[in-house]
Amino acid sequence: MHELALTQDLVSLIAEHCAGRQVTRVVLEVGKLSAVVPDAFRFCFELCAAGTPAEGAELEIVELAGRARCRECEREITLESIFERCPCGSISLELLSGEQLQLREVEVQ
Amino acid sequence: MCGVCGCSDGAEEHVHERNHAHAHAHGERAAKLQLRGSSSLKIEQALLNKNQRFAEQNRAFLAARSCLAINLMGSPGAGKTALLEAIVRRAPELQLLVLEGDQATERDAERIRKAGCRALQINTGTGCHLDAHAVGHGLATFAPEPGSLIVFENVGNLVCPALFDLGESARVVVLSVTEGDDKPLKYPHMFRACNVLVLNKLDLLPYVDFDLQRATDYATQLKPGLEVFAVSATRGDGLDSLSNWFRSRGAAR
Repeated sequence: MHELALTQDLVSLIAEHCAGRQVTRVVLEVGKLSAVVPDAFRFCFELCAAGTPAEGAELEIVELAGRARCRECEREITLESIFERCPCGSISLELLSGEQLQLREVEVQ
Repeated sequence: MCGVCGCSDGAEEHVHERNHAHAHAHGERAAKLQLRGSSSLKIEQALLNKNQRFAEQNRAFLAARSCLAINLMGSPGAGKTALLEAIVRRAPELQLLVLEGDQATERDAERIRKAGCRALQINTGTGCHLDAHAVGHGLATFAPEPGSLIVFENVGNLVCPALFDLGESARVVVLSVTEGDDKPLKYPHMFRACNVLVLNKLDLLPYVDFDLQRATDYATQLKPGLEVFAVSATRGDGLDSLSNWFRSRGAAR
């Protein structure tokens, strides 16, 4: 449940940038190959945001697809999850993108 | 106030540098925002940045003392502590220092001390992994002698610790044969994140359905170049080569 620790970091990052203004919306980018579960973030966000400027803010999670190059057949493929194989059957994949875990923007009043 | 980052305890005070956000809004959305008297701040910062900054501080702390650290990970019960006890007894000249991470108790640090080396326990409470900030405090308390080789024994877990850099120069995952040879497929993040795989509890191999070659193949497909050692921490198989690996890390300081 590392999402709890990461959500605490998310909330303090928001607090640093919002200068005490009320936050209405938060956009978080989560790569589909990052080791986090978006639903766990949603669950933790409400708890962690309570009593901070982000309390009650809408959390929008933008999931980004993963890209990888297969070391066996050298094809470049799109991955929806870290557990997928290449169509050739290989699990030997060099991950190119999809591990993002980034606060993109916040809306404040 | 701690000597690592000059912080007290509040989370916000731990941030030392940042890129400043700027107000940013486009087209229709911007118009709506202005109507509501609100604005959009573009941030674009990774959530792991904070941990990363502490990890870099730890790396600098270690480098300044010609020390190196190894992050030792694996499931609860994989035999991480037993392995360290065996290495400490087999290679006392290494003068390892061990930072033990567990949710509760001092048991592992006590075991390591009994085996003959310095150990410090970090209890993470509900935390499922060691983070670079806690490790930084541990290192400051430890005050390692120049040239020390330090092992961070992480909280038993094949998922979360893989995400958090602690300032180590090598990552080792311990997988015991009682856990099943398909674990690399089920927990690919961990096996991709490591430089060394230790297959432990070889003495139990006759009693379980575990294919050493299959586990090795899965893991090395995920992480080409992964070094693999098959050992029994209790019976002693393979410990000479693993001790030599620790010696080679020690020599790299």
